[in-house]
Amino acid sequence: MIPALTIENLSKEYTGGFRALKGISLEVQQGDFFALLGPNGAGKSTTIGIICSLVSKTSGRVAVYGTDIDVDFAGAKKNIGIVPQEFNFNMFEKALDIVVNQAGYYGIPPLLAHKRAEKYLRKLGLWDKRNVSGRMLSGGMKRRLMIARALVHEPRLLILDEPTAGVDIEMRRSMWDFLKELNEDGTTIILTTHYLEEAEALCRNIAIITNGEIVEHSSVRDLLRRLHREVFIFDCVDPLPEAIEIEGFSVHRVDDNTLEVEVKKGQHINEVFARFNETGIRISSMRNRANRLEEMFVNLVEGAA
Amino acid sequence: MTLQEQLVALMTILRKEIKRYLRIWMQTLLPSAITMSLYFVIFGSLIGSRIGEMGGFTYMQFVVPGLIMMAIVTNSYSNVVSSFFGSKFSHSVEELLVSPTPNYIILLGYVIGGVSRGLLVAIIVFIVSLFFTGLHIHNLFVVVVIVLMTSVLFALAGFINAVYANNFDDISIIPTFVLTPLIYLGGVFYSMDLLPEFWANVSKLNPLVYVVNAFRYGVLGVSDVSLTIAFGMIAGFTLIAWFYSMHLLNAGTRLRQ
Repeated sequence: MIPALTIENLSKEYTGGFRALKGISLEVQQGDFFALLGPNGAGKSTTIGIICSLVSKTSGRVAVYGTDIDVDFAGAKKNIGIVPQEFNFNMFEKALDIVVNQAGYYGIPPLLAHKRAEKYLRKLGLWDKRNVSGRMLSGGMKRRLMIARALVHEPRLLILDEPTAGVDIEMRRSMWDFLKELNEDGTTIILTTHYLEEAEALCRNIAIITNGEIVEHSSVRDLLRRLHREVFIFDCVDPLPEAIEIEGFSVHRVDDNTLEVEVKKGQHINEVFARFNETGIRISSMRNRANRLEEMFVNLVEGAA
Repeated sequence: MTLQEQLVALMTILRKEIKRYLRIWMQTLLPSAITMSLYFVIFGSLIGSRIGEMGGFTYMQFVVPGLIMMAIVTNSYSNVVSSFFGSKFSHSVEELLVSPTPNYIILLGYVIGGVSRGLLVAIIVFIVSLFFTGLHIHNLFVVVVIVLMTSVLFALAGFINAVYANNFDDISIIPTFVLTPLIYLGGVFYSMDLLPEFWANVSKLNPLVYVVNAFRYGVLGVSDVSLTIAFGMIAGFTLIAWFYSMHLLNAGTRLRQ
């Protein structure tokens, strides 16, 4: 099957000599939910900019559903929907006009454009706001409007650059549900995000980019499997003794009632509970210290630095 | 994109452009009507009645074609420069850049948008002028062709200005310091015959002289310059401006990183 996105040896050197991308290669399969992660300035937005023609590449090859952007950029663009990081619509235009106009730029006739605009504005809960100008919408609504605009020509590949930045938790969850549904219906999705919890919850495959280079390209599951340790936080019912040790585990007493326990690869959390029972420590609740993917991300990015 | 899809894209840009200037008609359409009415009252009726004839016509009749052309030039230019720079400033131009719309359709859409505003204002000014003087068109073909070519030329010039502009000051520098002086010195208010020979020759370097005189010929049947040269000059500048604008778009100058 032809990949949804193929990137080969992609480089970008900006005027002034800054090399934002140093020959990256990447493949995203059809139907995938793919995360492109990296710290600020790593090259994520440059990569996305090149795919959708807002940034000119220095060298390398990009193909969308087999269509090389150097050969038929218009053909490739038809398959791409882009939701940028910054709001980039005319704030004085009405929400409906913004979406309908975008359809027009893809050659979709007005009648069909209006039907599609209604479909996506309804799905994203914006139909009631269709006659409201962009500047009057809340931050979350503006983000959803950009998603509706990106979907109006029904692209096979949807690229979202930090789609939930600045969006409240409830809205973020509902956007996740919408994106999952879209992906289940066959749209390939590429997501950049700073919320690693988001990548872990949504994406099947992942690439980590730092300093213009891909340092990891695998499935989320494989990546997590390679984690060598995990730290759990236990809230204890009774005050803990000042010096506490649990045989076989590394522990850290955070305060009187909180204990951190490191569980290494091959160890089981049941063993921790067995030790607690032996020493009479009663547990009221427990949680992960950090997002697992976040830990891996920090290791990879720091390792590459 | 198929031809039909390109036509849809073109109509979308055009519709958006027309909606934009109609939505803010108090800033786009009304000022020209008011300014020109003042010109008609002051230069045409009050001062003009003391000047007497110019080029064989009353002064009012003489200045009307130049004033209409002035409205066309400034409106075609300012529509494209403000709209395209505005979309660049708000980044909404990216909506077009990420789409498969070809660059020539983007340019054509903005240019026709500018031309439509130039023509609309010209009609408004023409109607206003009828309250002050009677006009009959000497050569309709010349009028139509010169109006269209001129508005296309200045819409393209506005586009080039918008591409290079970095801030709102940059979009007012050219109209204020270049366009307005060229219009005023382009024979709107006087015949070249009144100038000493040296200054009359210098004036012939001003492209607005050809635009104003060619249009005056279409309306009144008199011109200070050759009509052929006027058509040639306007067509030449228009072609240069079109190809240069296309080059800017294709290269992504100040639009793509």
